[in-house]
Amino acid sequence: FYLTPPQVNSILKANEYSFKVPEFDGKNVSSVLGFDSNQLPANAPIEDRRSAATCLQTRGMLLGVFDGHAGCACAQAVSERLFYYIAVSLLPHETLLEIENAVESGRALLPILQWHKHPNDYFSKEASKLYFNSLRTYWQELIDLNSGETTDVREALINAFKRLDNDISLEAQVGDPNSFLNYLVLRVAFSGATACVAHVDGVDLHIANTGDSRAMLGVQEEDGSWSAVNLSYDHNAQNEREVERVKMEHPKSEEKSLVKQDRLLGLLMPFRAFGDVKFKWSIELQKRVIESGPDQLNDNEYTKFIPPNYYTPPYLTAEPEVIHHRLRPQDKFLVLATDGLWETMHRQDVARIVGEYLTGVHHQQPIAVGGYKVTLGQMHGLLTERRARISSVFEDQNAATHLIRHAVGNNEFGTVDHERLSKMLSLPEELARMYRDDITIIVVQFNSHVIGAYQDEE
Amino acid sequence: AAGMFLRLLSDIQWRAAHPKWRRMTSSQRSTSTTAEPHPVSLPAQAQVVICGGGIMGTSVAYHLSKMGWKDIVLLEQGRLAAGTTRFCAGIVSTARPVSVELKMAHYSNKLYQQLEQETGVQTGYMKTGSISLAQTQDRLISLKRIASSLNVMGIPCEIISPKKVLQLHPLINIHDLVGAMYVPEDALVSSANVSLALATAASRNGVQIHERTTVSHITVQKGRVTGVETDRGRIQCEYFVNCAGQWAYELGHSGEEPVHIPLHACEHFYLLTHPLKEPLSSSLPTVVDPDGRIYIRNWQGGILSGGFEKNPKPLFTEGRNQLEIQNLQEDWDHFGPLLSALLRRMPGLEALQIMQLVNCPESFTPDMRCIMGESPTARGYFVLAGMNSAGISYGGGAGKYLAEWMVNGYPSANVWPLDVKRFGTLQSSRTFLRHRVMEVMPLMYDLKVPRWDFQTGRQLRTSPLYDRLDAQGARWMEKHGFERVKYFVPPGKDLLDLDHSKTFYKPDWFDIVGSEVKCCKEAVCVIDMSSFTKFEISSTGDQALESLQYLFSNDLDVPVGHVVHTGMLNEKGGYENDCSIARLSKRSFFMISPTDQQVHCWSWLKNHLPDDSNLVMEDVTWKYTALNLIGPRAVDVLSELSYAPMTAEHFPSLFCKEMSVGYANGIRVMSITHTGEPGFVLYIPIEYALHVYNEVMNMGQKYGIRNAGYYALRSLRIEKFFAFWGQDLDAFTTPMECGREFQVKLEKGMQFLGQEALLEQKQNGVYKRFTMFILEDHDTDMDLWPWWGEPIFRNGRYVGKTTSSAYSYTLERHVCLGFVHHFDEKTGEELVVTTDFINQGEYEIDIAGQRFQAKAKLYPFSSLFTQRRRKDEVELSGYQRE
Repeated sequence: FYLTPPQVNSILKANEYSFKVPEFDGKNVSSVLGFDSNQLPANAPIEDRRSAATCLQTRGMLLGVFDGHAGCACAQAVSERLFYYIAVSLLPHETLLEIENAVESGRALLPILQWHKHPNDYFSKEASKLYFNSLRTYWQELIDLNSGETTDVREALINAFKRLDNDISLEAQVGDPNSFLNYLVLRVAFSGATACVAHVDGVDLHIANTGDSRAMLGVQEEDGSWSAVNLSYDHNAQNEREVERVKMEHPKSEEKSLVKQDRLLGLLMPFRAFGDVKFKWSIELQKRVIESGPDQLNDNEYTKFIPPNYYTPPYLTAEPEVIHHRLRPQDKFLVLATDGLWETMHRQDVARIVGEYLTGVHHQQPIAVGGYKVTLGQMHGLLTERRARISSVFEDQNAATHLIRHAVGNNEFGTVDHERLSKMLSLPEELARMYRDDITIIVVQFNSHVIGAYQDEE
Repeated sequence: AAGMFLRLLSDIQWRAAHPKWRRMTSSQRSTSTTAEPHPVSLPAQAQVVICGGGIMGTSVAYHLSKMGWKDIVLLEQGRLAAGTTRFCAGIVSTARPVSVELKMAHYSNKLYQQLEQETGVQTGYMKTGSISLAQTQDRLISLKRIASSLNVMGIPCEIISPKKVLQLHPLINIHDLVGAMYVPEDALVSSANVSLALATAASRNGVQIHERTTVSHITVQKGRVTGVETDRGRIQCEYFVNCAGQWAYELGHSGEEPVHIPLHACEHFYLLTHPLKEPLSSSLPTVVDPDGRIYIRNWQGGILSGGFEKNPKPLFTEGRNQLEIQNLQEDWDHFGPLLSALLRRMPGLEALQIMQLVNCPESFTPDMRCIMGESPTARGYFVLAGMNSAGISYGGGAGKYLAEWMVNGYPSANVWPLDVKRFGTLQSSRTFLRHRVMEVMPLMYDLKVPRWDFQTGRQLRTSPLYDRLDAQGARWMEKHGFERVKYFVPPGKDLLDLDHSKTFYKPDWFDIVGSEVKCCKEAVCVIDMSSFTKFEISSTGDQALESLQYLFSNDLDVPVGHVVHTGMLNEKGGYENDCSIARLSKRSFFMISPTDQQVHCWSWLKNHLPDDSNLVMEDVTWKYTALNLIGPRAVDVLSELSYAPMTAEHFPSLFCKEMSVGYANGIRVMSITHTGEPGFVLYIPIEYALHVYNEVMNMGQKYGIRNAGYYALRSLRIEKFFAFWGQDLDAFTTPMECGREFQVKLEKGMQFLGQEALLEQKQNGVYKRFTMFILEDHDTDMDLWPWWGEPIFRNGRYVGKTTSSAYSYTLERHVCLGFVHHFDEKTGEELVVTTDFINQGEYEIDIAGQRFQAKAKLYPFSSLFTQRRRKDEVELSGYQRE
């Protein structure tokens, strides 16, 4: 059986979300025009997460994709919490004081983030108090540490990533008297998530990446064509530097067992991740926590299983690699996506498809008859063919949806094949994961005029 | 390439007789880009300066000079006939739905036919005829309607079968056709050469033509044009004519006091091919395939084919000079659907070789009709522009009407549908224009069924009750930017279905409106009539009364609190406006006129009222919400809400009083309903609107009150034989011709405008008579419905056209209103129309070629009035508007 095009569209569009930055937000003209995001599940439930928010007490916008494994608990927690950690890391001392005083005296808090969420992007109500307390402890420490220096974005990102992972670990060790929460923090810690986060402030773009999701810049060349610039490195076995790093951190005796079948300790694909305490805690700690934990945890074979050749933990870190890029007028958009996209599409194709989508089809080379001998019939055939090629563009109002349509439906000629798309989307749950991974995409569009103006000022 | 095209398209053969001018233009043609010293300097002054050397400017110059005006200067920024005119497809087509447009096109055709002989300039005139194809029955109906009106004008035209189409044009694929309309006298011309021919003739008549002269702005002093500033100096003038085509909007905005000319350009594409193997005959008819959105004409052995696509590309929104017309790109992807339609219509053309795709911007207007007339803000500032791609068809006639307007004060035909004063500042927003023309351009070929509405540029002016009414199922139409309710969809009705109720037959809202009408007759209904134009005129002394007595035909020296229905007439006694005027006090008057009178009436009064600082006129349209309470129980609702007796003894008909309604005070209540039914109109200061509406609805519940819309009002007024201005009444209709002698007080003791003409008519009789027709053998369920513009036949001979129609739920018959003329059977001369002439005829109304018997009446059915009403309460006639 086949899905009709409207059915295909309703599946593809179920999770799409778009945000346009108001032209004048009262403060500054943003270098971000807006973003489109979407996700297509392969796992049930989906293990990917996404977040987007505007920082209200500092400038800039945060966007991130999170790819969970061994469940979605960790990705969910990171998607809810990480941006608060980053925002707090960026806050100046006075603002931190002000916030702390407000909490202390029960006054209303300054809002820190304005979230841009799809209705399906939920926050866990039960854990909010717990999460808030951990965050408060963090800013209290920042206040005590007051270095007096202005906050460096790179450092803030690294600190935030590390601190959140640390808090996840601590919360699991300490546990919670509420049995639901107790199980939740353990599930968060024992599952894992990669994170690829962008912070955009004016022309300054920072990408903090942990794991194998990827950030890619779409650049329009002078001749109108599109090229891709990677703004992150995958942390996996294909990255030699990353393999080197892991080997450096452990004794030579473990060299052979560290990376097996392109996996960390023969088990884990990403070499950096949040959670995954099985790769971070000592065996004793793992056993103690599991034994004292709830029955569900004890019954889970995966959590009880200790990785082989586990001698010198931690083997895994959440510390991100941060890349800074100064935006130029030719940098038109940024794509953040989980590995589900990059497995199926080359970044050059991603750049072209999104670029052509965002600029409309006008950049398809216009036809000019010039001095050639063309008949009406030939022209008609040519135009019909061109229309078929671009028709898929018109179905989508969202660049991320458009990209997913290509990622899932592309045939060997690089055009969307409805039959293939229909087949891929109608796969039964248990089979879907074999043909494709969860895909999560955020496409951020930049305002070249604003970026150009920034450049002129300098 | 553009230069080559000029030659290809127009085959310019320049043989101007005027030596001065020939030298100038020929020298410029040889060096087209470099600016040269101008051999002839501009005059310091002239009577008329025309800006624009396209078909419009040259036609105005031609006709003005023919009518005897000689002191005319025509300025063109580039070269003559080089803008849209040069690229125009050159099709002269008379098949136009609006009667005055039809007249203009018909005149143009006759003019162009003899122009070559008159001027010696080859115009390429070729009478080819045209075939308009119908792919659907509905399209055929719309063609039949046009055919009916062409035939009664004496323009040959016939509805033909697909087989006949094939005989006329062997290339046409007829398999999907249901019929067609053939107009054998339609023609082709080279539009640039027509324009040059007109210029030549004008030049011979003394018109000075200056090319390469750019008008920067117009100077206006005390509301009158005083001169024109150009890049070559200033010309003092009395009259300025803006024929700047797609630049007319901007030129209008260039002066200190903007002149609003709402038009906007869209790209327009057509294709040119090389000749066929066996070149097409130059006499082959032009083909219009509106369902395929294309036209096809023969062109130098090959074809020229363009169309009006669904997704037009507006341009120059931000203003001119972004890119020159010459640099506009061909866009094949955009043209693709039209090419498909062309090959579907003429599959034999597959192997024909392409020469070029021409991109030629055309300007479009908010209502698809052109813009002509005098600016309401600057006297002597005339406009002729916005041709909606029919410039060559209208050029001759439009130029003639405008010239007549300037020379005689008004054209020889009613041009209100084209008058620039139908627009105000509100249609002048660039965003509005951009959005609206994107709807208008495809509409050129869309099927236009009765009562279609524009969908873009809506919700601009609304009543404070808009949301309340909308939530109760209101369906909206727009007039002069104002949203008005058509009818209310009852809860539970299938809404989607109603939105698709566009048909030439009985519409889906038939029962809905029927129940609203019934409620007006038996209980009480509320209609929001806030859109009406409202002016207040007051003075310190008797100036207001004296001035108004001169401008209005009825006697306004009535006791305070009385309402008078009266025409605002021109010198010929024709209706410039039709209004109700309430005397608020000895020295102040409140004037209600139709919605689209806001600009026209204001400018008429401004031009005619004495310049006296003690006489104040204010437009208070926006200050009041008007609720019309119609029905026998309106009196009960209002008296309960005001604790005041509202019966006829206390509140007679045609009375006006300020009173309280609910908590709100100062509500102006008038005992008129614009329908002939009993009831009141409440003029409510807008901040009280919601309160009063809520009170009325709450209190009205026990009397069965409900909301109603304009369709109900329309049915009521038409069955009561009420004429309304803009539809039935115009500047060429006098009160004597529509049975409203009683609204004219010839003996009121002072002169008034139009008095002499009316006196003459009173003595000599009238030449047309407003008549009501009841359709006899018309099946409401099965037959085509009348709309307006249907020919009226008396004893088998054409005597006039209908002006409006509606189904009367009381008579259970269709009622058409229209004018009956008396043409001499032999000479065609117009004779006096007498009551006997009307009464002694057998009538038929022609709806799309099918004739229905009709009974003519000169007075409304009295039985309709006497139900539940005393005779003296009746609003005795004829006042209504929409």
